[in-house]
Amino acid sequence: MTHEVLVAIESDGDLVEARAAARALATRLGFSRTDATLIATAISEVARNIIVHVGTGRIMMSPLEEEMRCGLQVVAEDKGAGIRDVEAALHDGYAGRGGLGLGLSGAKRLMDDFDIDTKMDRGTRVTMTKWRFRDELERMKEKRQRRP
Amino acid sequence: MPHRVAILAQDHNLIAAIQSDLSDSEVLELRDDLAERIGRRRVRGIVVDVTALDVIDSFVARALREIAVLARLRGAETIIVGIQPDVAIAMVQFKLNLTPLRTALDLDEALGLLECAR
Amino acid sequence: MTTPTSHDWTSADANGESLLPELVALLRASRGELREEWVRRITDASLLGVMTPDEIFSEVTAVYDNYVDALETGSVETLQAYARDLSERIIPRGVDTDEVLGIVLLLRDVLARRLFVEYQHDKDLLNAILDAYEPAANRIAVTVGVSFVEERERVIREQQEAIRELSTPVLQVRERLLILPIIGMLDAQRARQLTEQLLSEIQSSRAKVVVIDITGVATIDVAVADHIVQTVEAARLMGASAIITGLSSKIAQTLVDLGVDLSMMNTVGDLQGGLEEAERLLGVLPPAEPTER
Repeated sequence: MTHEVLVAIESDGDLVEARAAARALATRLGFSRTDATLIATAISEVARNIIVHVGTGRIMMSPLEEEMRCGLQVVAEDKGAGIRDVEAALHDGYAGRGGLGLGLSGAKRLMDDFDIDTKMDRGTRVTMTKWRFRDELERMKEKRQRRP
Repeated sequence: MPHRVAILAQDHNLIAAIQSDLSDSEVLELRDDLAERIGRRRVRGIVVDVTALDVIDSFVARALREIAVLARLRGAETIIVGIQPDVAIAMVQFKLNLTPLRTALDLDEALGLLECAR
Repeated sequence: MTTPTSHDWTSADANGESLLPELVALLRASRGELREEWVRRITDASLLGVMTPDEIFSEVTAVYDNYVDALETGSVETLQAYARDLSERIIPRGVDTDEVLGIVLLLRDVLARRLFVEYQHDKDLLNAILDAYEPAANRIAVTVGVSFVEERERVIREQQEAIRELSTPVLQVRERLLILPIIGMLDAQRARQLTEQLLSEIQSSRAKVVVIDITGVATIDVAVADHIVQTVEAARLMGASAIITGLSSKIAQTLVDLGVDLSMMNTVGDLQGGLEEAERLLGVLPPAEPTER
């Protein structure tokens, strides 16, 4: 079974790798081309936030297998200064330090679940998940394969 | 300019064909390269072909807007071509602001539009 | 192969695994008579009716040997390869899948009987032999059955996909012009699928104008309006402009009340009017006189 994928975010070349890794995992998990693009785009935004505001961090992508649905969870972590005002950061047009804004609010719009856990001077963790529903055929097949 | 973007001059137009996913610094290089070329010679139109981009995020969108603004300052029109269906859906859902940008389906269309604008 | 008399089968492990090589060797040695027995049973059961006795015999030779190999190795890959091979040999001749499973089960029976005959003098040994044989033989039967199920599932998937595409038709009415009539309920999944199909069609037919007709949409709420607006914007990113038709003044009022910005959209009351507007945009018809608007 597929395990989690880890991408270190340290330079802007890593964003290219993160986008590609996201698409590859999404495809492997059976997401549509469009959903894979949504996921890759969301990851691009949160990864860039790390580079711009902190300089270094990491992204972990993992499959969430449930009976009725399948999810791709992304955890973007850094040990930076933290986000002072999360509400504002999620607001469109928020400029922040890099003046880029829009990244987090846009990523939130692309994903299904979205959570920010930030502590001043300790770091930030963004957890976001995209889900797709399994139809009956897929569920039957999963059940069959799980039997020893 | 690395081989990831090919810039061709055709009549009074510049055609920038992006060949693969670009890093942020490569995106800025493209912007600066075009800005420099617009300055060097008389350019009427710029076509940026993003067919090979399977992600267009806020950074790329902003760079494209900047290219259009720089071009407009020099009297040139910019048209973006080759946005893929899934990328278009992502950009709209993301609410990327691209209203000032002109788009066309492909290079042929864009060159036709630039011709008409004359 | 001599009949084992003082066989040290007591040292076999709990499920009789060490006896498998022995019974496999027996089944290989007796292949001639067992194959014939198997063919007899197949004909008695009226299976493989589409094949002649000679055809049956030539096919079962390979199938028999592969079966015994599969018993021996028991690996998933070998089993699946076996199931695949079976299908490829026999299905193209017009044989049904239940017949294939039927002959596999008959072979299982034929070999089991041979083991009975061989070891019937020693009840405990016979039990140990069957303990080794039965799981191995049943694994084969299950793998063959499952492979058919999976093939059916694959076909169902393909058909589902075809039905999905048919249910949201994007029509090309003339060069560079597409119509997307939306009919019925529009949930998130269907709306997404609609948008994907429209955009894909814009790309392949190089459309410049799309007419989205919502006359047949059951309910318009914020979500549906949102989907339509997003579709229009996405189409624009691909260089196509959209005209919305079938928007009654009542629905327009509902949308305005809901706060939807209609000013950015090009709307026309009916489909015919929308098509004419599209043709003006394409330069097919001359631009409208100011009074016509």
